[in-house]
Amino acid sequence: MSAAGRGREGEWALSFHAIIFWALAAMTIVPAIGIVVSKNIVHMAFWLLGTLLGVAGLYLHMEADFLGMTQVFVYIGGINVLLLFGIMLTNREPLYVRAAVKRPAIASAVLLGVVVAVGLIQSFGATEWHTVKDAVAPGLADASAKAVVNGDGTAATLGTYLLSDYILPFEIVSILLLVVLVGAAYIARRDPEGGSA
Amino acid sequence: MGGNTFMDIGLGHYLAVSAILFALGLIVVMTRRNAIGILMGLELLLNAAGINFVAFNRFSAPERMDGQIFVIFIVILAAAEAATALALVLNIYHQIHTANVDEAHLLKQ
Repeated sequence: MSAAGRGREGEWALSFHAIIFWALAAMTIVPAIGIVVSKNIVHMAFWLLGTLLGVAGLYLHMEADFLGMTQVFVYIGGINVLLLFGIMLTNREPLYVRAAVKRPAIASAVLLGVVVAVGLIQSFGATEWHTVKDAVAPGLADASAKAVVNGDGTAATLGTYLLSDYILPFEIVSILLLVVLVGAAYIARRDPEGGSA
Repeated sequence: MGGNTFMDIGLGHYLAVSAILFALGLIVVMTRRNAIGILMGLELLLNAAGINFVAFNRFSAPERMDGQIFVIFIVILAAAEAATALALVLNIYHQIHTANVDEAHLLKQ
């Protein structure tokens, strides 16, 4: 590819890349604000769905295709539905959850949130991160970008990692999931006598 | 690196998004009384961490995918945490008929 052609095309790809990023960032942050301000817990769950989708989009934007899909399946299809079930099983009367929290508590929480956000962004900006690239458009030297461009996706490589370098955590996590399955079923069971569990 | 902030999307942009998400999750955790609302805030916090892992992987060590592996484990742990916490909330609800955490202040009934 000639230098001039690369320049024109690169510039176009760059602006497209940037527009997608800003759209995904808005898609992540705006529903998150919705979670904070909504009083109805069912609305909160649906706002959470938007945030999770935005985060999945950000993963895809960073060429992590397997993670993006996992995010959609596990978070949106699993965890969010689980939360909705929990809401419906535990709310007999009013779904309005925030009314009773005292106003100073909300004010101090918001203040702390703003301080944390500003502080984190400040320190992130002030730190000289070791970056391999400024990384605008995807570079083909990257493992995941290469996998995506080749059409293999990142799943094959991630699977190899999980069964070689990360075999021990992988096995531990599988035992954890088994324990959680049994434990959750045991804890949530309704006692037949109606007494304490 | 120069260039303008709106066009050159780099590591800092992703970190900023995750910082804002983290702060919002913190606010949710602190302002809710309902245990499930608090869980939703926790999911936001975990997602913010995940964005950071993938961003650092992409911009600082792109020749391997270790950051993405960590996010897989975060997702697994989030699922496990949500299942266990909901089981606990259901149990509490059966006993004291509310899911508000500040009313669940007895060790044993």
